[in-house]
Amino acid sequence: MSLLEITDLTVTYPSASGPVLAVRGVDLAMDEGEKLGLAGESGCGKSTLALSLLRLLPRGARVAGTIRFDGEDILTMGWGRLRAVRWAAASIVFQGAMHALNPVRSVGDQVAEPILVHEKVPKAAPRRKVAELLEQVGLAPSTARAYPHQLSGGQRQRVMIAMALACSPRLIVADEPTSALDVMIQAQILRLVDRLVTDRGISLLLISHDLSVLTSACDRLAVMYAGRIVEEGPAGQVFSDPLHPYSSALAAAYPRIGDATARRNPQGLPGDPPDPSHLPEGCSFQPRCPVALGECVRTDPPLWPAGPARRAACVHVRDSCPGAAHG
Amino acid sequence: MSAAQAPAAIPSPRRITWTRRTRSLARFGREYARHRAGMWGLAVLLVSIALALAAPLFISARDLSAVTAPGSPRQAPSLHFPLGTDAYGRSMVAVTIWGARISLLVGLAATVMSMVIGSLVGLLAGHFRAWVATVLMRVTDWFLVLPTLVLAAALASVLHRGVGTVIIAIGVTAWPGTARLVRAQTLTVEARPYIERARALGAGDWHIIRRHVLPNVMPVILAQTTLTVSAAVLAEATLAFLGLSDPTRVSWGTTLQLAQQVGAVSAGDWWILLPPGLAIVLIALAFTLCGRSLEAIFNPRLAAGP
Amino acid sequence: MLLTGFFLFRVLPGDPVRTITRGRPVSAVQLAQLRHAFGLDKPLAGQFGDYALRVLRGDLGTSYEYRTSVSRLIVQHLGATVYLVGTATLVAAALGLWLGARAAWRRGSLSDRLTTGLALTLWSVPTFWLGLVLIVAFGVGVGPVPGLFPTGGMNSPGVSGPLPVLADGLRHLALPCLTLIAVVYAQYLLIMRASLLDEMGADYITTARAKGLRDATVRRRHAVPNALLPAVTLVFLNLGMVVSGAVLVEAIFSWPGLGSLFFQALTVPDLPLLQGLFIFFSASVIVMNLIADLLYPVLDPRLRTA
Repeated sequence: MSLLEITDLTVTYPSASGPVLAVRGVDLAMDEGEKLGLAGESGCGKSTLALSLLRLLPRGARVAGTIRFDGEDILTMGWGRLRAVRWAAASIVFQGAMHALNPVRSVGDQVAEPILVHEKVPKAAPRRKVAELLEQVGLAPSTARAYPHQLSGGQRQRVMIAMALACSPRLIVADEPTSALDVMIQAQILRLVDRLVTDRGISLLLISHDLSVLTSACDRLAVMYAGRIVEEGPAGQVFSDPLHPYSSALAAAYPRIGDATARRNPQGLPGDPPDPSHLPEGCSFQPRCPVALGECVRTDPPLWPAGPARRAACVHVRDSCPGAAHG
Repeated sequence: MSAAQAPAAIPSPRRITWTRRTRSLARFGREYARHRAGMWGLAVLLVSIALALAAPLFISARDLSAVTAPGSPRQAPSLHFPLGTDAYGRSMVAVTIWGARISLLVGLAATVMSMVIGSLVGLLAGHFRAWVATVLMRVTDWFLVLPTLVLAAALASVLHRGVGTVIIAIGVTAWPGTARLVRAQTLTVEARPYIERARALGAGDWHIIRRHVLPNVMPVILAQTTLTVSAAVLAEATLAFLGLSDPTRVSWGTTLQLAQQVGAVSAGDWWILLPPGLAIVLIALAFTLCGRSLEAIFNPRLAAGP
Repeated sequence: MLLTGFFLFRVLPGDPVRTITRGRPVSAVQLAQLRHAFGLDKPLAGQFGDYALRVLRGDLGTSYEYRTSVSRLIVQHLGATVYLVGTATLVAAALGLWLGARAAWRRGSLSDRLTTGLALTLWSVPTFWLGLVLIVAFGVGVGPVPGLFPTGGMNSPGVSGPLPVLADGLRHLALPCLTLIAVVYAQYLLIMRASLLDEMGADYITTARAKGLRDATVRRRHAVPNALLPAVTLVFLNLGMVVSGAVLVEAIFSWPGLGSLFFQALTVPDLPLLQGLFIFFSASVIVMNLIADLLYPVLDPRLRTA
């Protein structure tokens, strides 16, 4: 049985001009120990998806569908059970650790906090565990006494990772963990996360707009656009042989080593991501799609199977893979 | 280039600006209407101002004169006098409605004065850096921490007692809050790129202030004005009560002062105490609610900015 | 600071000497002598120089009315004021900050709307009027309900023995304290609510919730400590308002403190006393702000120099 099964997840935000769909019917599954990458531009709903996994959305948001974690439906869980699941079963590493850490409490306190909440131990007990965790992420144990503003960006992100590991979760969701960092530090942090989850067999849901980051770190890749998954498959295949036009564009935006022409010619994509309150008719990608057909304006394609463990939501996939129409 | 092919007339610049302004005004009106509390406050204010302006139509000088008052002094409420009579025998209803005139007048006049001073100081302090700004801000900060009432009372006590004095006293003590806010907003606006561009094109200080800073600062000033009126009305009542206003002019504060002087308080004549006080609370609350709604509308927009 | 205080009271129409000698037959020579004694015949700058020197030595001049040193008067009345204002401020701060935090956390709920509505209303109430109403309601009694609390002063004469004295003192404290608390707590509540609302949108709150903490714990351990900072800043900045309120309350309830002193000085006008009190008030507010500056690093680790 999969560790995480998301079925037909829909998230609606209220707004002045009516309800806005941020996530529209997403199906996703993750196994134990698997590393799944979720790619997409800003505003496509990735962070909303991540927050909804632990029911962390703001009060006005409406969530429909099911999210099964280890067999239990998170969306219908009782409050007490939810709080027990939070962090102890699945934890989140947020983007921009400057704001995700409490500025007036020491870093050590904040790392120890989830331990104190989930394990009935006396107040002084976690200190050793905190020191261990900090060492594992490459920080000196004395860092525990520091405050967030005294640390560098990379150090703060390491603290967030240490914090996420504190209760030995089965799943870590990393929402743009490297976006606010320099490139060199990005590489360090990614290597660190990779090593830690692999050593412990923790599942990783890595969210980023940077496809190159995801391809190297993940087993499987899912691409999201306008609140829906538009392609999914093994990471290397999705990157080198994308089936959905949007994935192609995303992959082409990053120059490949060894490909001389690509180096000087990264392809952009014209147009802007769609406004969630005014989605285009039919396929939501169709206004920007270089290979759009007439019928793309009329129908919004579902995810069709396109090979072993691959799916893509494009009419071209349906046409090129016989038998896919019945998928 | 024949006449038949003349292009459609492009509206004049003035017309474009007019359309744009009326549209954004309409949008603002719609947004304001969504704040229930603000609408209630606005309704109360409109009714009160209408009553105050129309008062001479149904309240005669005879009703208000201490000498020819219609009733006997300090009567409890009755059928003839729904709110009873005051120390001179005047109907409390008449006195309360008439009192709105002075109280609102003083409140508005003092606010205008303090807004003008405050905005000027704030604009100058924000626009000109260097020692001018430092001096202005030091003065502002100092005035800000002072107990305003103490200052106002002291000022009013040394000047000739009267309505004008009260206006001046309040106007002179209420401006620091505005100055601070305006300065902060001026700094924000002037940090924007288009100001730099305007300077590069040779815009002088005055031009920048008038055409760029002022329109962007106006919303803040407007919201702050409404809140200041509320405070000014309260201050007027207090200063009048302390005996610093003109006792022959009927205002809510002077009515209460009179009440205390003649011992109505110790006698428990609650009908003299309640109407003016409740009127003050109502008006001050109405202005405050409007001000808060305005703040709520303007603040998120100010944060974004062009 | 001295400059303003000085000029405020010197640059005014009305001859102080005439005021003192009002109603008493005095010859021109005696007038001149009095003037000389009070130093009023020297040029303005000279007067200020004298005054400044004397203040530095702790001598704030001699009251016209009381004929004793202003400093001594201040010291005599200080205790009563500190007793009243201290108690009221502490209770108001505790109440206001706590209720404000609760209201912000449950934003939009019925309890939030009620609490905030009540605070807004109380904020629009003139302090002196509330005092008067309380006096009438509880001190004098309305209709059949008898007065439960004394209407003025700090203690009743003729009460002896520790317990009765304590009870009597508390009864006297109740109404003025309540008045002051009512108006001040509303301000603190609104400040804290706004501050906490600002913090609630922060990312670290989401982190805290994600860790599985209870809502109340998140509020208590994460949101409130961060919200306290700007709230405390504003609280100290608004101390002037507390002073103003205290002056009014003391005047109404005949509480023998600095406020009553000020009120009486206004009526004369007793210039040295007014000046001295004004300087004292300003100085205390400034001192409190300095204390606040020392307090901030305790609350906010970002302000501690590493």
